[in-house]
Amino acid sequence: MSTMTFLEALREGMSIRMRTDPNVVLFGEDVGAFGGCFGVSAGMFAEFGAERVRDTPISEGAIVGCAVGAAATGLRPIAELMFCDFLTVGMDQLVNQAAKMRYMFGGKISMPMVLRLPAGAGTGAAAQHSQSLEAWVTHVPGLKVVYPSSPQDALGLMLAAIDDDNPVVFFEHKLLLGVKGEVDSKEPIPIGKGKVVREGKDVSIITYGKQVYDSLAVAEALAKEGVEVEVVDLRSLYPLDKDLIGETIAKTHKAVIVTEAVKRGGYGGEISAIIAEEFFDQLDAPIVRVGGLNTPVPFSPVLEQYFIPNDKDIMQAVRSVL
Amino acid sequence: MAIAKDLMRDLYKQMRLIREFESAAQRLFASGKIPGFVHLYIGEEAIAPAVCACLTDEDYITSTHRGHGHVLAKGADIKLMMAELFGKATGYCKGKGGSMHIADRDKGILGANGIVGAGHCISCGAGLSIKVKGTDQVCVCFFGDGSTNQGTFHESLNMASIWKLPIVFVCENNHYGISMSQDRHQAIKDIADRGASYNIPGISVDGNDPLAVYEAASEAVRRAREGKGPTLLECKTYRQRGHFEGDPGTYKPKEEQAGWLSKDPLPLFAAFLVENNVLTQDEIKAIDDSALAEIEAAIEFADAQPIPEVESAVVDVYSDIIEEVRSR
Repeated sequence: MSTMTFLEALREGMSIRMRTDPNVVLFGEDVGAFGGCFGVSAGMFAEFGAERVRDTPISEGAIVGCAVGAAATGLRPIAELMFCDFLTVGMDQLVNQAAKMRYMFGGKISMPMVLRLPAGAGTGAAAQHSQSLEAWVTHVPGLKVVYPSSPQDALGLMLAAIDDDNPVVFFEHKLLLGVKGEVDSKEPIPIGKGKVVREGKDVSIITYGKQVYDSLAVAEALAKEGVEVEVVDLRSLYPLDKDLIGETIAKTHKAVIVTEAVKRGGYGGEISAIIAEEFFDQLDAPIVRVGGLNTPVPFSPVLEQYFIPNDKDIMQAVRSVL
Repeated sequence: MAIAKDLMRDLYKQMRLIREFESAAQRLFASGKIPGFVHLYIGEEAIAPAVCACLTDEDYITSTHRGHGHVLAKGADIKLMMAELFGKATGYCKGKGGSMHIADRDKGILGANGIVGAGHCISCGAGLSIKVKGTDQVCVCFFGDGSTNQGTFHESLNMASIWKLPIVFVCENNHYGISMSQDRHQAIKDIADRGASYNIPGISVDGNDPLAVYEAASEAVRRAREGKGPTLLECKTYRQRGHFEGDPGTYKPKEEQAGWLSKDPLPLFAAFLVENNVLTQDEIKAIDDSALAEIEAAIEFADAQPIPEVESAVVDVYSDIIEEVRSR
């Protein structure tokens, strides 16, 4: 057992595979000697060299497209975009190329690539460097999407993402990079499996990423009042662990869905619809969603904090269904 | 450059086969046999055969929406192609791709592509693969003049240049981006000039002359194999048809069309081969007849193939089975 930060776990996951598989390469803006914008790849350039830990020009279309071409020809590339927001620039290559190649070529081309996207608000970086755009990619058949919250899951899902023969979009919330946690296992964690991170019987909070921590804090606070909140960390957004969602609803009969992404058109809506369609009979209260404000992410700290759903918002949502 | 007679004959054979394939596609689309869109390579047949003559099965190509000629020249199976155009279960892509998405990994064909300018970036990835693996393969990226106005063109040529990737960027300048003529869609005449921006060779050749294309492509491929980096090779040609079948191309001036038709690469090259005693008129006719027969056989094959079972629509979305994909 060892303690690692989320960032170290990401690095360890990539490095484990790079040590044994020469086809695994990492590229992106400043991932080389500079160590990545957030330091995730620090030291990897020294260990694996400039050929396999490769700085790219500021060319998001070519970065994502390069991953597509490399994956189609036998590498297992990991591409990093400096901020999830920059996916807009490389979107064609992800959506029209990576996601569709296997299908439109009749299963003949494999697409084992990982696209890492540092996401989320809370760093004072304003509207173009703070978004949570996971709903854009969960909408696209052909992509898998993961969003870990703990160092253990970051490492295990990174291994699974690299091993996967499909394009995996890997969200890394920037405020989680420094979070420390125990890492007991260096084995892959299956994509598509969520986890109950706190058991409870009164209400289920279904969430992922940074909101797992906010939700746990709310659960802790409510426990003092005798309310037992179950917190489900989805970990993977696609495939989605519907079985686990069904199990938790069957147990608590109440669902609060928490995302940092703006509520409108967000993935929380999809989760909510699935619960309504498939587990309606189990529900004892309306489904409640908590999301970011339906605005761009503002700059000034007070405004930004108002944008981000916080423990009070979650608390209020939970209370509304008790 | 001395070009072997056998090679010249092979080039003509391929050019004729592509012309007949495209003429058949034109006819079959008009009669409703081929669904969707088709973008024909008619008039541009001198380029892909000459470029692909410099490649092996190990080398890669990326292609475009106008890709039939590229993939045939790279060795795609003509019967499987026709079956795919017909939307049949046994076509190249099991009926999931159609005209714009033919790929064959065993032949190094990384796919025709419906997004203008997408292949540029993908070719960089193939080039990176080759570099990381340390082989002497190359990747040829085919594209038209229209795509040189996409940001991906700039991003990719820059990336290929700084990384010295083994790529030959083959621009088939057919003088039209859909309905917009080259002199309206960009302010330069020679796209090869853009090579200077990336400090790579930019070469412009007569794209209706297969021998000129072959000569320039040989040099570019050699450079790439030797690790000297990419080349931008512009082949000037003409899109004889509309952008897609059904587009009457009324925006093309009549004199321009007539001028280029008189430079049609097929009769020009046939005449050259006869004049230079490479082939006799009878041999030309035999090649033409055999190309026609091959196309007829492909059509017959495609016709006889089964249509896909609708259940196959949920297959190959992912490499593994995800139950949710099977539900609506």
